Parts: sequence; C-alpha cells; structure tokens
Amino acid sequence: MNIFDYVRPASVDEAVTAGAQPGAAFLAGGTNLMDLMKIGVAQPGTVVDITRLPGLDGIDTLPDGGWRIGALVRNSDLARDPDFAAACPAVAEALLSGASAQLRNAATVGGNLMQRTRCSYFQDPISACNRREPGSGCSALGGVTESHAVLGWTDQCIATHPSDFCVPLVALGARVEIAGPDGSREIALEDFLALPDDEGPGGAQLGAGELITALILPEGSSAFAANARYVKLRERTSYAFALVSAAAMLRIEGDTIAEARIALGGVAARPWRVAAAEAALAGKAADAGAFAEAADLLVAGATASGDNAHKIELARRIAVRALTLAAVGTPARMPALPASVFANGADAHA
Amino acid sequence: MTLSISLTVNGERRDVPLEDPRATLLDVLRERIGLTGTKKGCDRGQCGACTVLVDGRRINSCLALAVSHDGAEVTTIEGLAQGDELHPVQAAFVECDGFQCGYCTPGQIMSAVGLIAEGGADDPEHIREGMSGNICRCAAYPGITAAVQDAQKRMAAEERKSA
Repeated sequence: MNIFDYVRPASVDEAVTAGAQPGAAFLAGGTNLMDLMKIGVAQPGTVVDITRLPGLDGIDTLPDGGWRIGALVRNSDLARDPDFAAACPAVAEALLSGASAQLRNAATVGGNLMQRTRCSYFQDPISACNRREPGSGCSALGGVTESHAVLGWTDQCIATHPSDFCVPLVALGARVEIAGPDGSREIALEDFLALPDDEGPGGAQLGAGELITALILPEGSSAFAANARYVKLRERTSYAFALVSAAAMLRIEGDTIAEARIALGGVAARPWRVAAAEAALAGKAADAGAFAEAADLLVAGATASGDNAHKIELARRIAVRALTLAAVGTPARMPALPASVFANGADAHA
Repeated sequence: MTLSISLTVNGERRDVPLEDPRATLLDVLRERIGLTGTKKGCDRGQCGACTVLVDGRRINSCLALAVSHDGAEVTTIEGLAQGDELHPVQAAFVECDGFQCGYCTPGQIMSAVGLIAEGGADDPEHIREGMSGNICRCAAYPGITAAVQDAQKRMAAEERKSA
C-alpha cells in the first residue's frame, strides 16, 4: 500500500473540497478501496474519510411514495429495514445475496455504486487495462474471459459490473444524488454506470470532488412488492459474484401483467435493462411463452467477448427463471439462501 | 504526522499513537495492542479469519482502516470468556468439534457471536449462509454448523431464564 494523507472532513462541503484535490479518494466502508490499495490498483495520495459525515445515513420515504437512502447506509441495515424490505423485496434479496455478512455490515450504499470491476486484469497492475490506466489497452481480450461481458462491450473494455444491489435498482429506475463543487445533481443510475464505447472504457460518471449523497427510488417502486425476485447463478452456493443474475418485478392485475421490470446482472458493464423486453410483457398472461419472448428481447444482440458464449444462454434462462419465480410471488420470508435459483416463493410460504 | 486513536477493546480503553495511517484495525490489534487471537488469513476480506465485533457488528478487521475507527468499541476473541468460563459459542465449538487446526476458529467464533446477535442462526441452512464469510480449509463445517446451532439454543434458553 502506498503512503497517503488522511483527512476526515466534518461536512459534505468540506468533503467535496478535499475530494477535488488530485489523487484524493473517498473512504466509506472500505471493503473495496482498502482491498484495491493493498494490491496497488488504487494509490490515493489522500484518503478522505467520509464515514462520519452527518445526514447521510437515513432510510426515508418520500412524499410521492419513493425512497431516499443515504449514501452511508450500510448494506445490511438497508436489507434488514423491515419497511424497506417489504416495499422493495427484490432489492433486499439482491443485497443479502452479495458478499458476506461481515462485508455487508461495513459496505455502504454509495460505495456499492462505486465498486470497481472484479476483472482479474483490472486487479493485476502488470496487465494492460483501460479502466485502470486509460489508453493502455485491454489484456482481457484474448485472455481468460469466462466471466466477462456478452452485452454492451467494446474492445476498450469487456469487464462486467459486479454489483447485485444495482440490478434491481436499475430495473426500478433508481437515481443517484450527487454533491459536487458546482452544487448538487441527480442522474439515473443506468446513465451513471456508463458503458464502454470506441473511445474509452466507461465507468461511474463522477467528476473530481463529486460525492454520492443518496440513492433515490422513484414513486411506484413498491408497486411490485407482491411479485419481486432477484435470482443469481454463481460458482458456489454463497459468497460469490454472479455469473449471471436477474431482477424481475411484476405488477399483476387479475390474470395479466400490468407492468414488468427486468434487468440482468453479470452480463455487461452495467445492469442490463431493455425497454422492449418490459413492454413485451405488459398486457400478457404471466406464462412461459411471455417470459421466453421477453428473455429473448433482453439478450438480443449479445455476443461473446471471449470464452463466454455460454453466458448468453445462461442469461436468457436466468431471466425466464426470475420472471417465473416473481410470478409465483415474493416469499413471505426472505429465503435462507437469498437469490438461490432453488428458493421458490411457494416453498418459502410453506 | 502522528495520528492518535483511542479504542475500547474488550472493555478496556487503549490509546494508540499511529505513525502511519495505513495500519488496519487487524494490525493494530495484533501488533500494537498484542491481542494475537484475531488472525490474519488472506488480509483481503475473503476468508473471515480476522472477524471482530466493532460497535457490536461483525466486520473484517483486515479491511478496516484503524484511524477511521477511532473511538470504536471492539470485541475480540480474547474478550468473550469470563475468566475461566467459556462463552457459550466457545464451549459449543469445543463440544461439537467445530475446528481442526484452529487457525480460522477465532474468526468463526466471532462471526457466530455476530450471527446469533443478528437473529440469523435459526436453522442449519440459515447458519451455513450466515457463516459463509468464514472459510475453514480443514472443512470442519458440519461441526461449526452444529456448534452455532447448539450455542444459539443455549443462549436463547439462558435469555428465557433471566427474563
């Protein structure tokens, strides 16, 4: 780990000023930053400790029925908040399927949005990586790529976004509230997590000194509470990143789907949401045919970036599974293994 | 620059001057305070050997920057027993063969104490999921699961008795 200066600002304004200095990095839960500093991928000249900033740890409902979640709320506290988990069960399930209990106790909402890819070439300072060092190239191309992107990638970067939490958030149209040197702004999470293009690798759209202060879930987020699931395939039962995952949420009226939300995780540099797939579900019966059609639309245009063509079919199938389980209903209790493909809503009711 | 921090470790106040802000909570506990029960395994938050309670919550002390936790209340494996009387989780690990080489055991036990406090140790499936942040390379998992379940029952019974 490189030597750094340590500062602990007392207000968001002070944090923004300190964070705007070249080489500064914000520290919250530290679960990703500390790890990256230990392996030399992150080498901040100044660590700006934001853990004690006032006013950033609230979980509040908004007058329009949406939610405002402070950037310093810990993952475990949000997932275990009974009102929030009842309103947005797929978000709670995604949170509890990520990392370990120890990490969830430390990791924050804002930090989750800012976490870096687990691409092994990004994590290896000897390899070329446009994300770590713009313009250096991409050693992942032609490398070991079983877990890399199958959607939205370019030769600039084929990494995936590692978050579980962000998958249902993107499906719900969550927004990010940001404080910065020029005041505050809001941006859709989907736009905040920019995809690579021909010029660069994309990544979190945060300028110098800008600090995430809250996450906003829009009005109507709780309308899917009765039929909401997050489902995740991984290489071991627990404590592993998603190979592919899906958040599915349905608003069912009578025998038909009034409104659907679905997003895929583990397939691209951001959670993958396709308007046409959601539109195709609206007005249909919640059955296998409708789910298969939506899943096909969701993975339309997918191409392997290496040895990962299997992920396209996995993603299609996980979308169908998530929609099927969502249609069965949100489990009355959080499954013992959150996001397990075997955790069926009907079983959980029994 | 010297940064002084003050921790309450197992009920005792510890003032620690830090010459270097890079020190993790794990390193301060082991190297500065001399409490070597907390183990360094992977040092990257992947194995759970360094698990301690900070303000009552289980975390990986290897990923905690010590200076950021100035003022915190820390409980380590050394703080569980009352004299010669083992904590119920410690006693259950002994009785249920919840370890083999023992290196991961302090982290396993601290994680189990955290899990039971969270109310997440109802049945083996919840215990296995709740303990997944603690790796045991001897694979003593069946004994660990039994120990956590046993301790949870014992602690719940104690609580009922004192209520």
